[in-house]
Amino acid sequence: MNESFLFGKLTLDAIPFHEPIIMGAVGGMVLAGLAVVGALTYFKAWKLLWDEWLTSVDHKKIGIMYIILALVMLLRGFADALMMRSQQAIASAGAAGYLPPEHFDQVFTAHGVIMIFFMAMPFVIGLMNIVMPLQIGARDVAFPYLNSLSFWLTAAGAMLVNISLAIGEFAHAGWLAYPPLSELPFSPGVGVDYYIWALQISGIGTLLTGVNFITTILKMRAPGMKLMHMPIFTWTTLCANMLIVAAFPILTVTLAMLGLDRYFGMHFFTHDGGGNPMMYVNLIWAWGHPEVYILVIPCFGIYSEVVATFSGKSLFGYKSMVYATMCITVLSFIVWLHHFFTMGSGAKVNAFFGITTMIISIPTGVKIFNWLFTMYRGRVRLEVPVLWTIGFIITFAIGGMTGVLMAVPPADFVLHNSLFLIAHFHNAIIGGVVFGVMAGFSYWFPKATGFKLDPFLGKVSFWSWFIGFYIAFMPIYALGLMGMTRRLAHVDNPVWHAYLIVAAVGAVIIGVGIAATVLQVVLSIVRRDKLKDTTGDPWNGRTLEWATSSPPAFYNFANVPVVKGIDAFWTMKQEGKAPKLEPSYAKIHMPKNTGTGFIIGILSIGLGFALTWHIWWMAAGAFLAMVGMTIWHSFDEHRDWFVPSETVARTEALHFGVKAPEVVQ
Amino acid sequence: MTKPVDKHEFEDGHAFEDTGSGHVTVKSYLVGFVLSVILTAVPFWLVMTHAAPAGVLIPAIIAVGVVQIGVHLKCFLHMDRSASQIWNNAAFVFAAIIVGILIVGSLWIMYHLNMNMMPGMMPVE
Repeated sequence: MNESFLFGKLTLDAIPFHEPIIMGAVGGMVLAGLAVVGALTYFKAWKLLWDEWLTSVDHKKIGIMYIILALVMLLRGFADALMMRSQQAIASAGAAGYLPPEHFDQVFTAHGVIMIFFMAMPFVIGLMNIVMPLQIGARDVAFPYLNSLSFWLTAAGAMLVNISLAIGEFAHAGWLAYPPLSELPFSPGVGVDYYIWALQISGIGTLLTGVNFITTILKMRAPGMKLMHMPIFTWTTLCANMLIVAAFPILTVTLAMLGLDRYFGMHFFTHDGGGNPMMYVNLIWAWGHPEVYILVIPCFGIYSEVVATFSGKSLFGYKSMVYATMCITVLSFIVWLHHFFTMGSGAKVNAFFGITTMIISIPTGVKIFNWLFTMYRGRVRLEVPVLWTIGFIITFAIGGMTGVLMAVPPADFVLHNSLFLIAHFHNAIIGGVVFGVMAGFSYWFPKATGFKLDPFLGKVSFWSWFIGFYIAFMPIYALGLMGMTRRLAHVDNPVWHAYLIVAAVGAVIIGVGIAATVLQVVLSIVRRDKLKDTTGDPWNGRTLEWATSSPPAFYNFANVPVVKGIDAFWTMKQEGKAPKLEPSYAKIHMPKNTGTGFIIGILSIGLGFALTWHIWWMAAGAFLAMVGMTIWHSFDEHRDWFVPSETVARTEALHFGVKAPEVVQ
Repeated sequence: MTKPVDKHEFEDGHAFEDTGSGHVTVKSYLVGFVLSVILTAVPFWLVMTHAAPAGVLIPAIIAVGVVQIGVHLKCFLHMDRSASQIWNNAAFVFAAIIVGILIVGSLWIMYHLNMNMMPGMMPVE
């Protein structure tokens, strides 16, 4: 291919003008972007945006930005899902459908990449960001600037995926880009390169988050809070971040080797030259299996908090919950071969990994019973977060059982790469992770913003998701058992047609649920005065995040709480020691905002784009600028400041002045 | 190096104690550096002079590499058994377990794959 010095492989032909669907999507994105820019200019909000959000190192604001990113990418990923469902429903009756195969391949690749890396991960990390420091009585995370950098690197990765829609193409090799298909001879375009750099950049952000949160939990807990006093969500955050720190380097190295194959003609995963594509499959799943637990373990924490709060009881079996979480954390590293039983290992290897996979369902079962026993004889309030939790327990139990079914290697030989597998992991991820983040979203929304979400639309969203999920994925289980394999752009078997139509209907019902959530957020913002949470404790909570105002002051706690056991805030309320207005306050040491994270994030988009298109001067420039920014930032010694005691006193008076006096129960 | 900190930093109970490392001296860095150079030179020399057959050399190189990891941990990362090191040690043990699982598991899996890929093992049509 001809490469120019100035533009590398990039030419005007890279923009798919002839594809009406893509150009429509691109046009929509550009219009939305222009609308945002116009609104910011009209409301003169640029300075506010820069001062309060883009440069913020406040963990709560970073968390909110993570969740906004996740919701935006959910829309994009779900649009991909609708396209796949409709294509298969149309193209199974002998018609060709409306998506050509090379486009369909990009759609399913983008769907997987976006939903895992840019929807589920930011959502989970966003909730951790908002909640975890509050739960341990801290004023921020251990490394606030690093936290901002993590977010902007994640956002940069998401931007690269979106840019690939307009300029060039995305990968069409599946969400894990197995070689040899992802190697240069079979994927000569820029799609896999976009994939590599989007994941590398966001992966570094995730790794930094892991380091940051582990340090925060181990070093910054409120005085008196022993490890066994931590709320379960903090425990699960710790475990998930241990997994991040242990697993994400594997992803980085594996993708780096694939990159070396593609950029420098090396032979790590090629068929010739001593390479072995099966090593890629082995390595990517050594990261990939822990990854699914990185997503679901924090959600287990969310369900635990929701169940305890809305049952009005402390969690049943706190210690067994902690040990079960730890067991899952370690076990998640010895099951990865179950993703490739059929690759050709012998019976001994398959038996070992089959058994370890079945063992992992035991600690998960312990958790399910803990949640059930917490609700048993509790006064359960059926608020929206509880609906998501009950929906989860039912759905996840089914997903777990189909998982154990496939953990049996001979059964897996039948079901491997069939739609049964697709239905299984959507069952586990929608039932486990999506329901979990939605529970956490409605549970902690008043804490983050100061007003509740409209409960009616929350229920509409839950029931649409719950019913839509079953209508969409039960036919897919059946199709898998009938022998339909995954990733088919077109099928000829007329028997499958009806099932695919039902599945598409289910996807539309899920779409109603997503629309209800969007409408719910908009409507709740409009009616925020009516839905206002003045107490800071709208659900009669048990853990320390509810001891602050809603939204919390930027320093979280005017006086750092002293903790004596689990359910610290509940104990305070029982003893009449919940925080109240003090006559005087000490000054508070806080980090200063910095734009370095944002600027490095923007530069990393340039770096990824330049590397994808072989624009070497731009890559070198962006990389040097990133290194330069990092060095410059490390010489900045004015990173902290003291909030004057008068400011603290004024902020607290404002909070308690509004608050009803009989808050202590 | 940390600057002298304002006393207020400790009133909120949130300031860090400096538990980052154990006893740090220039001498330990020098000892570590010299040992690392020697432990790097030895395997190079072994390979370049073909001092032994490959079956002996490869385990020898791995052994020297593991010793060098120990030198780095002791002399550069200053890990020891003092109480302040508990989380560093716990993190190291966790990392060692994970890396061990990954390496042993991958070797086992890939060895098995290769066994099954041998021509004698392929099904005869």
